[in-house]
Amino acid sequence: MSSIAQKKGVGATIWDYLTTVDHKKIAILYFISGGLFFVIGGIEAMMIRIQLMKAGNDFLSAGLYNEIITMHGTTMIFLASMPLLLAFMNAVMPLQIGARDVAFPFLNSLGFWLFFFGGIFLNLSWFLGGAPDAGWTNYASLAMASEGHGIDFYTLGLTISGFGTLIAGINFLVTIINMRAPGMTYMRMPLFTWTTFVASALILLAFPPLTIGLFFMVFDRLFGANFFDVAMGGNTIIWEHLFWIFGHPEVYILILPAFGIFSEIFAIFSRKRLFGYTALVFATILIGFYGFMVWAHHMFTVGLGPTANAVFALATMIIAVPTGVKIFNWLLTIWGGNVSFTTPMLYAVAFIPSFVAGGVTGVMQAMAPLDYQLHDSYFIVAHFHYVIVGGVVLALLAGTHLYWPKMFGTMLSEKLGKITFWFFLIGFHLTFFIQHFLGLMGMPRRVYTFGANQGWDTYNLISSFGALFMAIGVIVLLINIVLTIVKNERIGNDPWGDGRTLEWAIPSPPPFYNFPQTPLVRGLDSYWIEKMEGNKEGMVYAEPLGDIHMPNGSIIPFIMSFGMFVAAFGAMYHMDGDKAWAIPVLIIGMGITFGSMLVRSLKDDLGFYITKEELLRDAKGGINDGSK
Amino acid sequence: MDLNKKYTPQTWPDHPETATLEGKNKFVGFWLLLAAETVTFASLFATYLALKDKGPSGMEFSASSLFELPLVFAMTMILLTSSLTSVYAMYHMKNHNFKGMQAWLGITVLLGLTFLGLEIYEFNHYVHIGFGYTNSAFSSAFFTLVGTHGAHVLFGLSWFIALMLRNSKRGLNMYNAPKFYLAALYWHFIDVVWVFIFTVVYLMGVIG
Repeated sequence: MSSIAQKKGVGATIWDYLTTVDHKKIAILYFISGGLFFVIGGIEAMMIRIQLMKAGNDFLSAGLYNEIITMHGTTMIFLASMPLLLAFMNAVMPLQIGARDVAFPFLNSLGFWLFFFGGIFLNLSWFLGGAPDAGWTNYASLAMASEGHGIDFYTLGLTISGFGTLIAGINFLVTIINMRAPGMTYMRMPLFTWTTFVASALILLAFPPLTIGLFFMVFDRLFGANFFDVAMGGNTIIWEHLFWIFGHPEVYILILPAFGIFSEIFAIFSRKRLFGYTALVFATILIGFYGFMVWAHHMFTVGLGPTANAVFALATMIIAVPTGVKIFNWLLTIWGGNVSFTTPMLYAVAFIPSFVAGGVTGVMQAMAPLDYQLHDSYFIVAHFHYVIVGGVVLALLAGTHLYWPKMFGTMLSEKLGKITFWFFLIGFHLTFFIQHFLGLMGMPRRVYTFGANQGWDTYNLISSFGALFMAIGVIVLLINIVLTIVKNERIGNDPWGDGRTLEWAIPSPPPFYNFPQTPLVRGLDSYWIEKMEGNKEGMVYAEPLGDIHMPNGSIIPFIMSFGMFVAAFGAMYHMDGDKAWAIPVLIIGMGITFGSMLVRSLKDDLGFYITKEELLRDAKGGINDGSK
Repeated sequence: MDLNKKYTPQTWPDHPETATLEGKNKFVGFWLLLAAETVTFASLFATYLALKDKGPSGMEFSASSLFELPLVFAMTMILLTSSLTSVYAMYHMKNHNFKGMQAWLGITVLLGLTFLGLEIYEFNHYVHIGFGYTNSAFSSAFFTLVGTHGAHVLFGLSWFIALMLRNSKRGLNMYNAPKFYLAALYWHFIDVVWVFIFTVVYLMGVIG
């Protein structure tokens, strides 16, 4: 093990990333692949808006349009937003609690590769006979009738990537429960760590129902089961329940970490302690708790009856209360602060009114009778884009600027960042604000075209122009990233100058063992406390400098995930009936997965030690990224 | 972690499964996994109850005409006993008695295999009399719920066997003690799920 970073060959770098168990490198893997899927989903969005630009357009056929809206939603939720949030969680959360890695570094790698192969499998549908076309909710009544293999790509791909997400969730929970540095009590944890914690708990309890629903559909379509076949006694509403028991917590899985990122930003750039930290923590927990009790508000028009609708309507409205608590806490954090409007802060300030608008339309839809009018119209499309883009995507862009220096050791250009911000924000409101009115005027969602005499032309054209603005914003961001990488100006520990939490106390990017000595936490915003007390070293330590135990890298997670990827092809083509190789492929794939699981179980993996001498050498000689 | 460190019953900690940080992490992580498994089975149970006795018109089989209790009762007793024997194994693990642990785990595995054999016999019987996986929504829900449990039994047995063979020569240490403990925990969970299957599927099924 060399102590000082050297130039490595491309092959060695790739091998390093394939086998890494370092949470910071896995964060970069999540970041790159999530970003890639974000671009793919964005291109799909642009195609939707081009198709709807004018009445009677024939840019896309009806069938292809269905595939594109399905893949746009699925990609953006499962393959872009979640992995990008998991990237920030991986990059920052262990640093915030003063840990050297996550609780299960091996599983962390496995979680990533499962997500990755699931996402690749799903997107291969474009080249292998057509993408899924039953909407991202994939209602069984539609999906069972879909021909070809699109739906099977959806069910099998999401099953695989869902396992990956579940593993990540368990990993983060255990990390936060067991690996906090001395003094880091629960009520001293940074808000981003808290939201990671609650979002992980939601992942833990929400993903199994989705997996079961997906399994039912796999068995129905590929192995002759009858869960959703009404003629055989099945019931398609079961899918809707299972999907939304997952699906509603899922939106909180996305938005809570976004809240966490914004909470960090408000505190850092207002140079103030978060107002009402305790209230923010309990609001987070309450949102997570209520998140499981509202799923049927997606199903008001199914006909569950007035009692069920009333209960779920009330439960839904209650969620507005903790969310409102958060909004006021953020406002009062800014109030009287010494505010600097950096790019992340601009996103955070713009987030408040954008997200509140989405929240207000959400409460409107919570009223079941009104929802009968709004259901399946563009009003719904406008609402959920206001919460997902106005909340989650703004947080992802803000987080990219805020944490880029910590992840990569360079600083994104503030000037280009602000250009991205204005293009994206204006484009976002231009695209979606007007869709509220399109919905109220009666335009249904998921319809590939409309007539010239319906009076929707101008509004749709404006909406499409907004999408163009957002695309320009993202392109400027990509240029910004390229320029920053080319310039490669290295920065220090605390590039924003006002970092409050532990991740800003160590080098950017941190050495692979994070902290040479475990820090001692003396209060909320621990790094800020040390700064205010004039501590030159930046930290107080809980232990003397000594040997550090680290986990070994491993290629097994990659192979294990690849096995499931292979098995999914076998399961899928088994349905065709004329492919004799399908079942053997299924068995070989599962064999690879379980075989590598067995190898992992039987082979001792005790990790290795970094000696005190190496740590001392590191302290003088630059950054050690752990590569051999 | 030093694998060569020799322990005696006197130096062996009271709770070897949580004596190291790795052990603690596995302990907490595994309980969380069991929470996810609980939700998984809850979804399967809910679906089963929704689709119980549902099928195409003129369906031949219903729960009350299909299930018979004697065999299932025997299976329940066997699995409950295997849970008890795995407790004995963990008792010996905590006392650093490797041979005792291996012996009781061996008995647990034999009981588990017996259970699995009887379940395969039962499924085979159903298919034989015409109640197959694709017959009706009811049959799909039944085989999926009980079959998922059966797959868990198979996984638990493979886990026990792999651990016993891997460690047969080297005895207990701080590295493998948590692994044995978690396998036993998993086995208890499988047992608890079966208690619910016995109640919800078979007892409530026979009542009609």
